[in-house]
Amino acid sequence: MQQTEHYNDRVVRQFALMTVVWGIVGMLVGVVIAAQLMWPALNFDIPWLTYSRLRPLHTNAVIFAFGGSALFATSYYIVQRTCHVRLFADKLAGFTFWGWQAIILSAAITLPLGMTSGKEYAELEWPIDILITIVWVSYAIVFFGTLAKRRVQHIYVANWFFAAYILTIAVLHLVNSAAMPATLFRSYSVYPGVVDAMVQWWYGHNAVGFFLTAGFLGMMYYFIPKQAGRPVFSYRLSVVHFWSLISLYMWAGPHHLIYTSLPDWVQSLGMVFSIMLIAPSWGGMINGVMTLSGAWHKLRTDPILKFLVVSLSFYGMSTFEGPMMSIKSVNALSHYTDWTIGHVHSGALGWVAMISVGSLYALIPRLYGLDRMYSIKAIDIHFWTTTIGIVLYVAAMWIAGLMQGLMWRAVNTDGTLTYTFVEALKATYPYYAVRVLGGFMVFCGMLLMAWNVWKTVSSVKHGPDIPVLAPAAH
Amino acid sequence: MNRFWNYWVVVLTAINIAGALWLLWATSRKRPGHQGPAEETTGHTWDGDLSEYNNPLPRWWLWGFYASVIFGLGYLVFYPGLGNFAGRLGWTQENAWAADVATARKQSDVQLAKYDHMNLDTLRHDDNAMRTARNLFANHCAACHGTDAHGSKGFPNLTDGDWLHGSDPATITTTITQGRVAVMPAWEGIIGPEGVEQVSSYVLALSGHPGDAQMQRQAKAGAEQFATVCVACHGADGRGNIALGAPNLTDNIWLYAGNIETIRETVAKGRNNQMPAHADILGATRVKLLTAYVLNLSGATDEEREEHEANDSPEGDAHEPTDTAGTQAH
Repeated sequence: MQQTEHYNDRVVRQFALMTVVWGIVGMLVGVVIAAQLMWPALNFDIPWLTYSRLRPLHTNAVIFAFGGSALFATSYYIVQRTCHVRLFADKLAGFTFWGWQAIILSAAITLPLGMTSGKEYAELEWPIDILITIVWVSYAIVFFGTLAKRRVQHIYVANWFFAAYILTIAVLHLVNSAAMPATLFRSYSVYPGVVDAMVQWWYGHNAVGFFLTAGFLGMMYYFIPKQAGRPVFSYRLSVVHFWSLISLYMWAGPHHLIYTSLPDWVQSLGMVFSIMLIAPSWGGMINGVMTLSGAWHKLRTDPILKFLVVSLSFYGMSTFEGPMMSIKSVNALSHYTDWTIGHVHSGALGWVAMISVGSLYALIPRLYGLDRMYSIKAIDIHFWTTTIGIVLYVAAMWIAGLMQGLMWRAVNTDGTLTYTFVEALKATYPYYAVRVLGGFMVFCGMLLMAWNVWKTVSSVKHGPDIPVLAPAAH
Repeated sequence: MNRFWNYWVVVLTAINIAGALWLLWATSRKRPGHQGPAEETTGHTWDGDLSEYNNPLPRWWLWGFYASVIFGLGYLVFYPGLGNFAGRLGWTQENAWAADVATARKQSDVQLAKYDHMNLDTLRHDDNAMRTARNLFANHCAACHGTDAHGSKGFPNLTDGDWLHGSDPATITTTITQGRVAVMPAWEGIIGPEGVEQVSSYVLALSGHPGDAQMQRQAKAGAEQFATVCVACHGADGRGNIALGAPNLTDNIWLYAGNIETIRETVAKGRNNQMPAHADILGATRVKLLTAYVLNLSGATDEEREEHEANDSPEGDAHEPTDTAGTQAH
């Protein structure tokens, strides 16, 4: 093997920096639409700024732009480090960066213009879907190509999760986006009626399970043991929770369609497999948290570790909450209320954003040959604003959701409904205000992060070429 | 689901659950020779310092996993899930819903039984009855007529004393139980854009809005058109016809809106207005309660109504829309 081989960190740096940028953009749009729910006049009667168009922009920006860039950055970094080789196909890797940014940009243009396929988390129209397919296949070639030329026999656990996420997202995207184009920016799903709904939520829930869970677990399995300086708690727990997680997740989609025209048997399977998912999900949390045993004192001094550990707590909470909400009788209360929004954000902000931010704080200095971020204090402040912001957000939505569910179903003795819809809406306003505040705090944390990253990175003219580490002899 | 897909579902479900159980069992049992001391890693190292312990699965977690699988299997025995197997309880969401509705209906029927034999006038002065009627109105009527019953564009105001289909209690009951359909044809193809313009100006003038000189000229021509085409339903004097649900055009009460653009649209394109039938949804007692409530809404005691009819001066908020094409009850 050539001794002069270096890691390809250029593409990692690109994705890492764009993660911060898209995080700010996505969360800003989130704060705007949260404010619009408080003050509807904030759309200024401009169609592009209406809630209906900005909401998909928000979800796409935070999931695919922010989360996606974080996953690209960390998976490219981790697969090189744990395979002890340079990334396969440099040019293709570079293409995935520019391709992915082009997709994000086209989303940012088409969604406010109202071009949408109407499928949640898969709103982008068919020409963009095709570009996604091309970029994703390139991503798979780069990732699996790197895995194939690895210089260690055993594949590190983080890479199992990245591999599962890349493969599954490819399948989900292809199946769910199958559509008949009518015009350049209009297409119709190939699936009829309730089948379309089922395919959509099979996609939707596995986007949660594989994009937002498996991918970020890959991140967790690298950065927690690295940051804690401890071995992963249990290899066999990794094995069990990996296989059970990826197989059971596949069935859980129908719990998004409980008490709908979806046949009873599908609803039941969705619910049953969701319940059986608690343990596999918690396996990842346990493996992460137990890895810290013996290194708990580091939490006092290392705010990065705080991000990582709290993200696991939120992960544990939302993966318990989700199965509970999939139980039919609970779902009858929670569905269509803001409880769902609270659940999603405890996962998306608490788990996904916090693990990403923690990982980036660990990753970015290394990418620039530094040993730490410019300001550790700023990381600590970011941690607290984010944590408090998320707790405010999630608690507000829990209360609002439960209240809405109870108000909607309240019945007078004469058989009439106690509250009109608008009364429940009116009662929700205080919680909408708290939500705006919580979201704003999280957003401010991201701005602080941008400043910190800028201060860290701007002192370095060129990102260093780091030589590939020789595998440990054993 | 045919036999193939039935087995497909059952077999895949069984394989996945059995696979998870096997995995749990296989990784949790003690393997002689593989059971190193807890503080020993698996021997693999990545990226300098990444390694793994191989601690046993936490017992509470393991048993929790088994418990969730047992719950799942139990659920699939009692509830539909395994393909065509309906489950031991015979539960379906439709049955569960119907049972809930039947229970609720039974309870409220008991509550409302005391009103079964009360007459309208008694009900109208019974506070409890009217409180229930207000709830019923909020549940069943407010979506179109508004919580305050002031209506909105296309949905009549029920408080203004102006009635499209008639105001006597029997008519109101009929309106609620059977619904109403009132159609105004589209006239643009027959009288042409010019005719539409003229008739619209005339209609606006009928309600006391003559407009500028040009509109007055058009209204004059419109009067002739009106006498030919509109008269059949709205009458020679434009006072409408409750038998057809054709609105009175002279009272400045508008079902859609009292401006020239909207009237033009109505005349040109016609209107098709419907109130759904509520007999099956509400049942006789609830319809009676609502009839009483609607009578109270218009503020009309029987004497007041007679007075109205005598004076023939329908009152109403000028800003409240009504009219042009027929509609609904009132």
